Amino acid sequence: MKWVFVILLIVLVGCSSQPEVLRLATTTSTYDSGLLDYLLPDFEEQYGTTVQVISVGTGQAIKNGENGDVDVILVHAPSAELKFVEEGYGVNRVCVMYNDFIILGPEADPAGVKEKPIINALQRISMTSSPFVSRGDDSGTHKKEKKLWVEAELEPTGDWYNEVGAGMGDTLRIANDLEAYVLADRGTYLANKNNLDLVVLVEGDDSLLNPYGVIAVNPEKHSSVNDHGAEHFLEWLMSEETQNKIDAFRKNGEKLFNSLRGECTGG
Amino acid sequence: MDVFLASIWEALKLIVSLDPEVLAITWLSLKVSGLAVVLATLVSIPLALFLALKKFPGRKVIINLVHTFMGLPPVVAGLIVYIILSRNGWLGGLDLLYTPMAMIIAQFIIVVPIITGVSLNAINSVEKTVKDTIVSLGATRWQKIVGIIREARRGIITAIVTGFGRAIAEVGAIIIVGGNIRFHTRALTTAIVLETRRGNFELAMALGIILIVLAFLINFALTAAQQRIKKR
Repeated sequence: MKWVFVILLIVLVGCSSQPEVLRLATTTSTYDSGLLDYLLPDFEEQYGTTVQVISVGTGQAIKNGENGDVDVILVHAPSAELKFVEEGYGVNRVCVMYNDFIILGPEADPAGVKEKPIINALQRISMTSSPFVSRGDDSGTHKKEKKLWVEAELEPTGDWYNEVGAGMGDTLRIANDLEAYVLADRGTYLANKNNLDLVVLVEGDDSLLNPYGVIAVNPEKHSSVNDHGAEHFLEWLMSEETQNKIDAFRKNGEKLFNSLRGECTGG
Repeated sequence: MDVFLASIWEALKLIVSLDPEVLAITWLSLKVSGLAVVLATLVSIPLALFLALKKFPGRKVIINLVHTFMGLPPVVAGLIVYIILSRNGWLGGLDLLYTPMAMIIAQFIIVVPIITGVSLNAINSVEKTVKDTIVSLGATRWQKIVGIIREARRGIITAIVTGFGRAIAEVGAIIIVGGNIRFHTRALTTAIVLETRRGNFELAMALGIILIVLAFLINFALTAAQQRIKKR
């Protein structure tokens, strides 16, 4: 039995020693697309800090920030971000980059939404009761979708409206199987394009812009946060070099994100 | 190529090339689930013995609770551990959230009821005559306990195998308390979730195949041990 405890002790000690660490909670779109794996090694080298990325939905990322479990958050939900700062959980919100939302649907397009303005497209889907799949998980994309329904003065209910409570990738797969319409961020769509029959039907509307904000967790709320690390991270993220790299990032040959250089517009 | 064939090919490539990241992920899965099961066994077997041998008020309620928690959804276990280890939680000061230790704690909570419940059945099914014989041979209390464990050992090993199977395959709890952080808390199951989300189905399936092969080898070893005990 003695060896069990010796091994336990070794492993436990091994688990607890760490170099300087910065914890970043972010939405699945920035991490799953590979953007952060592409950008972060520069920061880690420059500042000698290991960045631990926790990739979750925007709702959970913001909660992690409120609880002080992470040092900085990178999300896309402008109104929730503003609330996070107003309530004193976060400091220094800056807008890093944007991509856009698109409406995908079956090629047959039963509701006839192709190239229509977004609000009109939603009205047509609702009017024809064509199947629509919603994230239903309080993520940034779900929040955006709810906002668009409000702007269309509609309350989506009925058999045609499916809230699946899943991440973007899973939601796209479900929509694909159901031959349904779905609102998606372009990055996740491009990453999963090869497994999908859905096509892009609505895009390019100003109200479909999807800005990403980065916010440091307030050290006055949680004294344990690595506020120096967070400050460096924000500086580095907004630097000319990193912003250029965001523009240069390609996934399967397609550009996913556009630099924003601090201007919080759109959304 | 067919997704299944492509996945098997991908899995073979990962195994043969000894991809360092895949090795680290596999090792973390083994370490976390292995330690959770070792710790759970140390708690569960005495608990099962106590529940089997000691008559006390409330015993039936506790046994019912054990059986109920055998079906605890891992996500719930993860959420409980998250709330406790979060900065705002009771043990927030220990700085354990998003570490392998947090993953061990969550799996420990999932596995204890399973090993306890299955062991309890094994101990209860040791025939009363055997127990009486042990006592009638003038055994002390410790000798009696050792004798009963020896009689129930096959069922107890089944309990440990079941607990390990549940732990190594579990994803709901460790993705919440571990955070699936690369090079730190990424295990096989959480890597599979990530690669599925990323649309890399072949890689996800390949990791799944590695997980299944691993589980098979461990079960094989434990079953072999069980057979050897039987022959003795």
